[in-house]
Amino acid sequence: MREIRYREALREAMLEEMDRDETVFLMGEEVGHYQGAYKVSEGLLDRFGERRVIDTPIAEAGFAGVGIGAAMVGLRPIIEFMTWNFSFVAFDQIISNAAKIHQMSAGALRVPIVFRGPNGAARQVASQHSHAVAPFYAGVPGLYVCQPSTPRDAKGLLKTAIRSNNPVVFLEGETLYGLKGEVPDEGVEELIPFGVSKVARVGSDCTIVTWGRPYHVAMAAADALAKDGIECEVIDPRTLRPLDLEPVIASVAKTNRCVVVHEHWPYGGPGAEIVDQVQRRAFDHLDAPVERVSGLDVPMPYALNLEEYVLPTEERVIDAVKRVSYAK
Amino acid sequence: MAPERGSCKLAPVGKPVPDEDHLLKQYRSMRTIRRFEEEAARNYAKGHIGGFLHLYIGQEAIAVGAVDALQPQDYIFQTYRDHGIALARGMTPESAMAELFGKDAGCSRGMGGSMHMFDVERNFLGGWAIVGGHLALAAGTAFKAKYNQEDRVTICFFGEGSTNIGGFHEAMSLAGLWKLPIVFVCENNQYAMGTPLERTSALDDLSIKAKGYAMVGDRFEGHDVTLIEERLGEAVDRARRGDGPTFVEILTYRFRGHSMSDPAKYRTRTELEQKKQLDPLQVTHAQLIELGVAESQLDDLDLEIDELIDAAVKFAEEAEPAREEVMLGTVYAPEDDA
Repeated sequence: MREIRYREALREAMLEEMDRDETVFLMGEEVGHYQGAYKVSEGLLDRFGERRVIDTPIAEAGFAGVGIGAAMVGLRPIIEFMTWNFSFVAFDQIISNAAKIHQMSAGALRVPIVFRGPNGAARQVASQHSHAVAPFYAGVPGLYVCQPSTPRDAKGLLKTAIRSNNPVVFLEGETLYGLKGEVPDEGVEELIPFGVSKVARVGSDCTIVTWGRPYHVAMAAADALAKDGIECEVIDPRTLRPLDLEPVIASVAKTNRCVVVHEHWPYGGPGAEIVDQVQRRAFDHLDAPVERVSGLDVPMPYALNLEEYVLPTEERVIDAVKRVSYAK
Repeated sequence: MAPERGSCKLAPVGKPVPDEDHLLKQYRSMRTIRRFEEEAARNYAKGHIGGFLHLYIGQEAIAVGAVDALQPQDYIFQTYRDHGIALARGMTPESAMAELFGKDAGCSRGMGGSMHMFDVERNFLGGWAIVGGHLALAAGTAFKAKYNQEDRVTICFFGEGSTNIGGFHEAMSLAGLWKLPIVFVCENNQYAMGTPLERTSALDDLSIKAKGYAMVGDRFEGHDVTLIEERLGEAVDRARRGDGPTFVEILTYRFRGHSMSDPAKYRTRTELEQKKQLDPLQVTHAQLIELGVAESQLDDLDLEIDELIDAAVKFAEEAEPAREEVMLGTVYAPEDDA
């Protein structure tokens, strides 16, 4: 194992897959000559040239659609959205086209494409640039949705996504790009399969389900709770579609308690889906209602104190775990 | 509509001179589409066909002329008004009608219906039902042809109603920028659903839009299949040579409403009757007679096509229903053969 940053992990995944398969190309705003708005694609233009690292005008619907069309006839595009906020102007392409083509054509066409970019709040980028978009995409049959929390998951899942024969929504995080973590050594290939949750921390008192940026908040909360004698089991689904809740159900059978921690709004989405499944599938094991710690139900404000108030915090996670543990 | 408006270059009717055998083949194809659409309408009224049904009646010469301007390897995209191009490209009426009936034997196995026909073997890549949504896809297949240096052109049809939406602009913009091997064909049938062109567009000569994307533009009438084949052929050749995309506006008219639920009260009977004077089937019929084809030969051909379409309806009626396994098995493509 060696330690690299999340953005380097993503870059390695793209570089390795582009080396391996000439049909893979990267397209998006500033991915080439500018070296990536967040430097994820740094160096890729020099290595692969303008044929395969393609700068686009600011036209998300256009280049998302071009990618889907190219995928329909055999290429494997990686479409970078500078941020997922801008995917909304390409929403129709992803929902009405990418997710539907395989079935509409009765299986005759397939769409092996990855849409990737940073998702969720960064730091004080305000209302229009802070959307946690998982609920918009995770509900759509025909799409896969990944949201890796660590460099290792980012690399292994992106490699799987690029090799997938289906459209993949790949949600990264601007605040995660600088995060360091262990990845397999060079030359050791790791493909992380979709639909396999990861037990990130073992514990017997409360199950925490979390992914993306709040994963790190929940892990810190779990450490703090351990000092009070409450041992949390932290499970990261890593992919929100397919969603693997088997380890969660098994964990709740042991802990009898569950808290779901996520960045997206509380109304619907993967957070609500997980609660629904846990209460139905582990009803007899639950000693308390399943709680959620989410981004608050408001558009994201600019002011730093308010942004911090809106996003899930360690304190809110600790409070929720204590409530379901009747320790408060 | 006055032919002198804008910078249109309307070619004289009847030129270039058609070849008899070729025109006969084209007449057969156009007539097949016409009769297919008439029977589809009848079966829609009977309740055998559900959802939306948009007929191509009046526009047949465009699909038929276009297909003859293309090579088999070329990709074709169309809107939800897609039966005509599907049949012109060689889809059997059985397969198309069974799709309308929602049957497993349909071209999309009952998953797509009227608006989502596909015939991937013939490179007909779909009927698409979000206005403006498929133009970028077509640019994408053209992008792939360029990426792989393939001898393959994409042709993409859409209505004049599409030319006001962002999807049109972004696809045209990228195709022009990257000089993609594509021909954009605007079938201007004068009405975006029920709203006439003068109330949806500041321009009445839409081919002017080509300039905004550094493309060649062309504009002509849509009732003469020979003219259509030739003019689209020029655009297709341009794309094939690597000389970039073309935006073509073809002036046409649909003789039925936007869809089966549309009584078309927004236009006058006089206008419709006037447009029917240039019914592409009658124009072609007259050309064939002029070339010396016997009236009786055309009557026999019409009867033969009637029987073909009747057989397609019978086939669709008797076909097996759409299957749950196909629906469940096509949400995701298999991963094992990556």
